Amino acid sequence: MAASPSGYSRMFFKLRKYANKSQSLYHIDSFNLVIRTIWTSGSRTQLQPKVHTKSLPQMVGVVGLEIHAQIQSTSKLFSGSHVRFLAPPNSLVSHFDASLPGTLPVLNRRCVEAAVLTGLALNCTINRKSLFDRKHYFYADMPAGYQITQQRVPIAVNGMLVYSYFEGRRRDQVVTKSVKIKQIQLEQDSGKSLHDDDQSQTLIDLNRAGVGLMELVMEPEMCCGEEAAAAVRELQLILQALGTCQANMAEGQLRVDANVSVHRPGEPLGVRTEVKNINSVRHLAKAIDYEIQRQMEVLQSAGKVLNETRAFDSKSGNTIPMRDKEGLQDYRFMPEPNLPPLFVYESEASVPAGVDPAQVVVIDRLSGQLPELPSVKRTRLVETYDILQEHSFTLVVRKSTFNLCIPISPCALAELINLVESGHISSSTAKQVFQEMWKAPEKTVGQIVKEQDLWMINDKEELQKICKRIVNSHPEEVQIIRGGNKKVLNKLMGEVQRETKGRTDPVQIRAILEKMVS
Amino acid sequence: MSASSAAFRPAAAMLGLSIREVSQALRDGRVSATELCRKCIDQIQRTHYLNAFITITGETAMEQAQSADNRIRTGKPLGPLDGIPFSVKDNFCTENIETTCASNMLKGYVPPFSATVVQKLLDQGAVLVGKTNLDEFAMGAGSTDGVFGPVRNPWSYTTLYREQSTEDLDSDWAIAGGSSGGSAAAVASLSSFLALGSDTGGSTRNPGSLCGVVALKPTYGLLSRHGLIPLVNSMDVPGIMTRSVHDAATVLRILQGPDERDSTTVQAPSTPPSLPEHFDIRDICVGIPKEYHAPGLSTDTLAQWSRVAAMFEQAGARVQEVSLPHTQHSIVCYHVLCCCEVASNMARFDGLEYGHRSTVDSSTDAMYTTTRHEGFNNVVRRRILSGNYFLLKSNYERYFVKAQQMRRLIAEDFKNVFRSGIDVLLTPTTLSDAARYSDFIQEDNRTRSAQEDVFTQPVNMAGLPAVTVPTALSRRGLPISLQLIGQTLQDWKLLTVAHWMEQQVNFPLIHLHGDSNERKLDRSVRERTPTIGS
Repeated sequence: MAASPSGYSRMFFKLRKYANKSQSLYHIDSFNLVIRTIWTSGSRTQLQPKVHTKSLPQMVGVVGLEIHAQIQSTSKLFSGSHVRFLAPPNSLVSHFDASLPGTLPVLNRRCVEAAVLTGLALNCTINRKSLFDRKHYFYADMPAGYQITQQRVPIAVNGMLVYSYFEGRRRDQVVTKSVKIKQIQLEQDSGKSLHDDDQSQTLIDLNRAGVGLMELVMEPEMCCGEEAAAAVRELQLILQALGTCQANMAEGQLRVDANVSVHRPGEPLGVRTEVKNINSVRHLAKAIDYEIQRQMEVLQSAGKVLNETRAFDSKSGNTIPMRDKEGLQDYRFMPEPNLPPLFVYESEASVPAGVDPAQVVVIDRLSGQLPELPSVKRTRLVETYDILQEHSFTLVVRKSTFNLCIPISPCALAELINLVESGHISSSTAKQVFQEMWKAPEKTVGQIVKEQDLWMINDKEELQKICKRIVNSHPEEVQIIRGGNKKVLNKLMGEVQRETKGRTDPVQIRAILEKMVS
Repeated sequence: MSASSAAFRPAAAMLGLSIREVSQALRDGRVSATELCRKCIDQIQRTHYLNAFITITGETAMEQAQSADNRIRTGKPLGPLDGIPFSVKDNFCTENIETTCASNMLKGYVPPFSATVVQKLLDQGAVLVGKTNLDEFAMGAGSTDGVFGPVRNPWSYTTLYREQSTEDLDSDWAIAGGSSGGSAAAVASLSSFLALGSDTGGSTRNPGSLCGVVALKPTYGLLSRHGLIPLVNSMDVPGIMTRSVHDAATVLRILQGPDERDSTTVQAPSTPPSLPEHFDIRDICVGIPKEYHAPGLSTDTLAQWSRVAAMFEQAGARVQEVSLPHTQHSIVCYHVLCCCEVASNMARFDGLEYGHRSTVDSSTDAMYTTTRHEGFNNVVRRRILSGNYFLLKSNYERYFVKAQQMRRLIAEDFKNVFRSGIDVLLTPTTLSDAARYSDFIQEDNRTRSAQEDVFTQPVNMAGLPAVTVPTALSRRGLPISLQLIGQTLQDWKLLTVAHWMEQQVNFPLIHLHGDSNERKLDRSVRERTPTIGS
């Protein structure tokens, strides 16, 4: 470009789109590759895809995760630009973010604190001294030509994440596992390339360029999609509780790549593929299970698994190879010379003289700020309120749910539950009453039920009358039922429920109806 | 500096004063800032053949000078630099003023901010008269390898040099040294009272030495690098060029100190308002590193080195030989480290956000490649290529890591010497006086850089402060300078010793050939100049 008054003033950096589409500049969606579906994504109950052979032990999947968590902070990792989702393109770009020559990185303490908090919550060892490195590659949305990351000495290492999922036919058996966290490293996010096929150009938005990321590496210790999904769900809850990452996968605040391989237990790990382009936890499970099954089938048919990057296609549920970045990448790592080593201190007392304790990161101070973590909260719920363990998982779903200030007193709630238990109101009515209690906390449960006439109809005669009316007005359905299709009885039951606004006991109604039509 | 004669000079001679002197003249009303600014710009134009400037900022300079006059007139000058014309090497960002690095890549690039050191000078009321010429992206030791052509050494346009020359003005002239040759030439040719250079392997001291000005490379981290377009981040330091040590100290005091935009800056030790007028040299121990008796050291330079060492000794300082055994490996290590950082730092020039962009757009790669091929000269391209080679995963240990280890040993050498009680080291700055341009370009940039940086470069490896002070003119009439190296963050002490040395050697003021105003003075200075062989 010719003389631009200021390096980054143009709101959009236009980059022509080229005949050569080889680069990974292109979204995977634009590939029109058709891959024969060889396996449709597994059902939720299928824990571990298995291929049986005669003599050898079964093959199993091995899954490791690389997770990029966008740090929840007001400004970027090395610049004062604001961090905001869905801001106008290139409106959050400082001189440094646009890589103007002569600009230097200045580390954002808040991002370091977020990484330390996350490290503490994941039982990591916090490195008292960590280092920054440059990782080089040319990419249109990475203006400096390198990413600042922590390759040699990351801020946190050797952690562990404990997660649970449900097993069994009714999915009520809690299985608890753990996975090692190899490291958490601080690094810069890239910008975004937007490919406009119609205009034949690529538009670059640098709003995201330089936002702080925590890269978490989970060791290959999971065996299937469900385990990985459960681990990620637990991580999401932890990050949300800490406030270090909003962890919404759809908005890209949490990006999960899965390293997947298969092998027979006892043998060395198989060749792994990296699965990318996964934008929900559900897709993560699907993608991994698909990939495990695919690799098994490749090996079954005497093929070879290639060490490649594959993308998950959510429409087909398949993974498809991504065209690689022009052969092997050598990132030419080098220490970042503009950032001194990052020191964090054990306690205020260990901060060296001449350093303002308010300006540095002190572990003790952060430990004190750790909120109640989801697992602790669940245990507390189980112990304090004597509820079922699986229910504690339902309750602790998001930071906000459990902490909401509910305007309903425990007594009122107990009253409501008692009415359900004693059969005075139906469970569907209870939900309705609960809504009312929320809106009008001054009213008692009894008042609401009475005002809205929600008491359960337990009078046998009245029930008989209602059922009779329904049977009489649905002669066709009755014919069908008598012809042997008992399923249609459900329709009649639904009619009764509608007529009575759900104030009847389905078991009772069913019995009456069955008698009438038989 | 001949301060005594200042009062008797005609107004035109005002340009030859030191900052201290001219600052006093401004306050006394003997000259106004606007007059001074106009004189400097006239001088730039009169000496345009030196090719010292890439951009002359006449208009904004006059506005700044006007503001300075207003302040001075009301008796509220901002400080010792208020109204003082200065120039800046064209690799420091200057807000709304083109900053090219003497490269096609940045031709037409106008930064939206000023480098911290530039801003600090502007905040002090100093008047920016122009951006000075350099080797492309500061890669060179001659100021001969920039897209705007070579800088000529003002001293090759003095009567003394010209009288010895048998060739014409355009074929026989000496290089200015580099890479901050334009800044050195600007100060030497009296176009500026102060200039900023950058020093990575000697880029401020080398041209300072060849152009006969005082050139200070402060301790690494003492001055902010924010806005200095980097060569080697771990060695780059903004350099200060003036015509006296006292002036350099004044400027250092203003520029030093931490900058929140540069995380490698450090707190400056407290410094008194000015260098001590009286100072007992007998308290000082001067080290003479024996490894600096390098092959190629000219007899003129060696003679100066011996003369000044003797001066110290005669004045009662302790002078002793010391050893820096790893120094010999410095240049080759520097080459590796420099290329690695260059390869990295230059990666941002892809033509997307700013700078040159090729019209070739058949693919992203083709655009990157041609943009960078067209934007960078051979020297830059070669360093990028070497650097990427050294950084390859398979080579990293063999080159980068080894060079880093050696760097530590080199720094350790200096530490050991200073630990043994040495206060400053006295060395030559360059092997000889300035080479003739036609001779200099017989060798390529890489060879020249290796030869020229031999005395200056180890200092950057160790991050130490060093200053070069001109001591005499060679037989050819070109400056010879010596370097003093100090301990980390002892810049002030270093300057104190340099100040003493400067007072002993009595280096002459320049008098350009054909400058009628200066003819009479020219002869008088020559008469008392301690030239070698005279």
